Amino acid sequence: MRLIVDGKSIEFEADPEMPLLWALRDLAGKTGPKFGCGIAACGACTVHIGGEAVRSCTLPVGQVEGEVTTIEGLAAGGKLHPVQQAWLDEQVAQCGYCQAGQIMSAAALLEANPDPTDQDIDEAMNGNLCRCGTYPRIRAAIKKAAALKTAGI
Amino acid sequence: MASVGKIARRTFLIGAAAVAGGVAVGYWYVSRPYANPLEGELAEGEATFNPYVKIAPDNTITVIAPRAEMGQGIATALAALVAEELDVPLDMVKVEHGPASFAYYNAALLEEGGPFPFYDRSLMAETVRGALGGVSKVLGFQGTGGSSSIRDGFDKMRQAGAAARHVLVEAAARKLGVAVSELSTADGAIEHKASGRSVTYGQVASAAAAIDPPATVRLKDKADWKLLGKAQPRVDMLAKVTGAPIFGIDVILPEMLFGTVKMSPRFWAKPAKADLSKAEKMPGVVKIVPLETTYGHGFGIIAENTWAAFQAAEAIEVEWDAAEYPADGAAISRVLADALASGEGSALRHDGDIDTAFADAPRERLVEAAYEVPYLAHACMEPMNATAQFKDGVLEIWSPNQMPTMTRYLCSEAVGIERDKVDVHTTHLGGGFGRRGEMDFSVYAALLAKEAGGRPVKVTWTREEDIRHDTYRPAAAGRFQARLGDDGLPEALDIHIASPSVIGSTLRRMFPSISPLGPDRTITDGSHNQPYAIPNYRVTGIAADVGIPVGFWRSVGNSYNGFFHECFMDEIATAGRTDPVELRRKLMAGWPAAVKVVDRVAAMAKWGEPLPSGRARGFAFTLSFGGWVAEIVQVADTPYGLRIEKVWIAADVGIALDPGIIEAQLVSGAVFGLSAAMGQEITIADGMVEQSNFHDFDAMRISQCPAFEVAILENAERMGGVGEIGTPPAAPALANAVFALTGKRIRTLPLSKEVAFA
Ligand code: FES
Ligand code: FES
Repeated sequence: MRLIVDGKSIEFEADPEMPLLWALRDLAGKTGPKFGCGIAACGACTVHIGGEAVRSCTLPVGQVEGEVTTIEGLAAGGKLHPVQQAWLDEQVAQCGYCQAGQIMSAAALLEANPDPTDQDIDEAMNGNLCRCGTYPRIRAAIKKAAALKTAGI
Repeated sequence: MASVGKIARRTFLIGAAAVAGGVAVGYWYVSRPYANPLEGELAEGEATFNPYVKIAPDNTITVIAPRAEMGQGIATALAALVAEELDVPLDMVKVEHGPASFAYYNAALLEEGGPFPFYDRSLMAETVRGALGGVSKVLGFQGTGGSSSIRDGFDKMRQAGAAARHVLVEAAARKLGVAVSELSTADGAIEHKASGRSVTYGQVASAAAAIDPPATVRLKDKADWKLLGKAQPRVDMLAKVTGAPIFGIDVILPEMLFGTVKMSPRFWAKPAKADLSKAEKMPGVVKIVPLETTYGHGFGIIAENTWAAFQAAEAIEVEWDAAEYPADGAAISRVLADALASGEGSALRHDGDIDTAFADAPRERLVEAAYEVPYLAHACMEPMNATAQFKDGVLEIWSPNQMPTMTRYLCSEAVGIERDKVDVHTTHLGGGFGRRGEMDFSVYAALLAKEAGGRPVKVTWTREEDIRHDTYRPAAAGRFQARLGDDGLPEALDIHIASPSVIGSTLRRMFPSISPLGPDRTITDGSHNQPYAIPNYRVTGIAADVGIPVGFWRSVGNSYNGFFHECFMDEIATAGRTDPVELRRKLMAGWPAAVKVVDRVAAMAKWGEPLPSGRARGFAFTLSFGGWVAEIVQVADTPYGLRIEKVWIAADVGIALDPGIIEAQLVSGAVFGLSAAMGQEITIADGMVEQSNFHDFDAMRISQCPAFEVAILENAERMGGVGEIGTPPAAPALANAVFALTGKRIRTLPLSKEVAFA
């Protein structure tokens, strides 16, 4: 089986029913996407496929169509993605375990909607659980990232 | 009053747990300082000065922050203590957790294990604190919990930095042939301003390490602090925004196998009948191993990938024995009710004369209420996991845990090797909240590693396994009775709390041969030690053993005592026609730190000013882990249900070392408490937990998250903790707001059983 992950083609053998998350983590060595629930209820496993935010824990690897981007491939050319930069500036993460998923969801949101309202943010991010309660800083960071993106930083 | 000796003999349970630990590990050298565990693992040319500081010739400065980083920012805060005195910027230091070692004992973890409220500074209270802290030292109890890391490290870590700086300067003086007094330090270098010459710390590190550290060091005055007292960028933030492999679940080792566990859904029950044949034949399955531990019985699955292990776990066909404990919610409630009715228990607070105060109380002056809360799971974002390798008689374990020395001990017992043949690597924790002070996930990985032919095995639990095999926040019930005076203030308050003993349950798992003795102070923690002056005030705790494993859940007993006590204070205010904030001002007048947080939060929220219709507020105050916290919650009625709009928090922690981290922890603690109060409960049917994943055990989502306004005060005399103190006042402030809005006094959690939340 062949997949393009973070711009690189990788080859592995897997049961096509295996969720993409476990193929990435156990077979491709991509531990950026996290396992939280396995039932698409927490968002920790979020990756992009063709630019869309997808829960990799419930998507069989055999059904993946398109290039996969994980948190590890989000920064381009040695520069943090504006969402990552905003996360750093706002000091969002606590334990950090949910944050790969949060950042991937936020990046997809800003791709689709460069200037989201509070309600847009709530709607787009509601599937991403954070047990540490970092939501207020997530909101601030998304606004900041939107500004960074618009300014082309 | 009891003598110190008598109190020691009463063996408060936390002490008992510690002493049990001591007997079991056989370590009892009171006065001997521990060896520096870094000595054995230095890189070429690297020098160490004490267990907290290593410096390499290229000036790489490594600080050991030997507490579990689970989001509370402890790696940053502890490193800043060392860096401050070492006189280096925080971004110049590399921060590591370091090995499991007795040298990293946490004295503050046990210090408050006695029966005294945090504000009691009497000779006896201080003596017992010292004695319990000493127990921790003697046992080498390396643990992260009880919001204690900073209190424990505040002097120790600064002294470590100052002592290292002292010998580095001394070595530089010898090398440059000048007097120490002519040298100054900055950015990891020592400068002789007069001649313009300078050397880096790295250049003199090995010479400095050979110099005896000074007998005493002078620490900087607070006014000279460069890092402390100011928000610092977290040392782990970059790793966390780039998806770096820092968590236990991210460990990858050569030749690694993967695994999971399927433990009995009835606690401590054994398999009556099992058929492994189907599971064993599944593709990718390497081996299925029966597990028998003090945490429970079941099976471990070793496979070529985690998915295969999960599939095989499901395919194991097994009938489990019946539960040997009350097997459903009604039976559990009955145990608590019977305990309350028993007239037994121990009073950790008894001021005045309760019986006389109630004897002639007129009916209309009495306020009475009964409260109850359910079991709760921790639901850390990172499911339980650990990775272990057993090779050539040595067990290496990578574990996201809060108790490295205990992990080492129980894993060595499980595998049957000496303790010094176990190496524990503590990774970052994807949430801890007390759950990762347990050893089950590490022990299971160790047992599977023993069957893996020398290959490492990463053992990851499913979320279902994690929710169904927690060490739960215990269910609890409280009976409250107050007698009001003419002024509406309470003249007498009598409280009975029944709950399973967390410490008794912990001992059963960790030291099954030792039977618990003495009262468990966690049962009434948050009720027996609150700064209220009420002339007749009695708080009785009754241990009601149920048999379901219970453990330390963020803020422990304070999580439900805060809810009970502060909702009842609201009931007293209503009955006595006193404003809830005014009630606190009057009853807490003797504790200025308490009054100041109450005043501040009231001012921030403009308490007392009229609100638009459909909105209301609730107030609560708690003192837990040395943190004085007042919270106000505002709720609004919306077509979709109640919405928590805003939360104001004022907290006093004595010295606020990193306001950015403290603010984050206060918000985090409140969200944790609100999540539970709104909708969480673990229920039991047929001896098994009914919930299994986030669809039926959810937490607050971003759309439900209120806006926060936080103030941090520094009036308290003693330094307090931070990680747990935002949690206890959150539930009562919310329930009191719901009462103010709807007139419904809800005395059981979660509130969602009676009101809907948007
Ligand atoms: S792990 Fe995929 S949504 Fe939770
Ligand atoms: S930062 Fe810990 S779960 Fe979100």
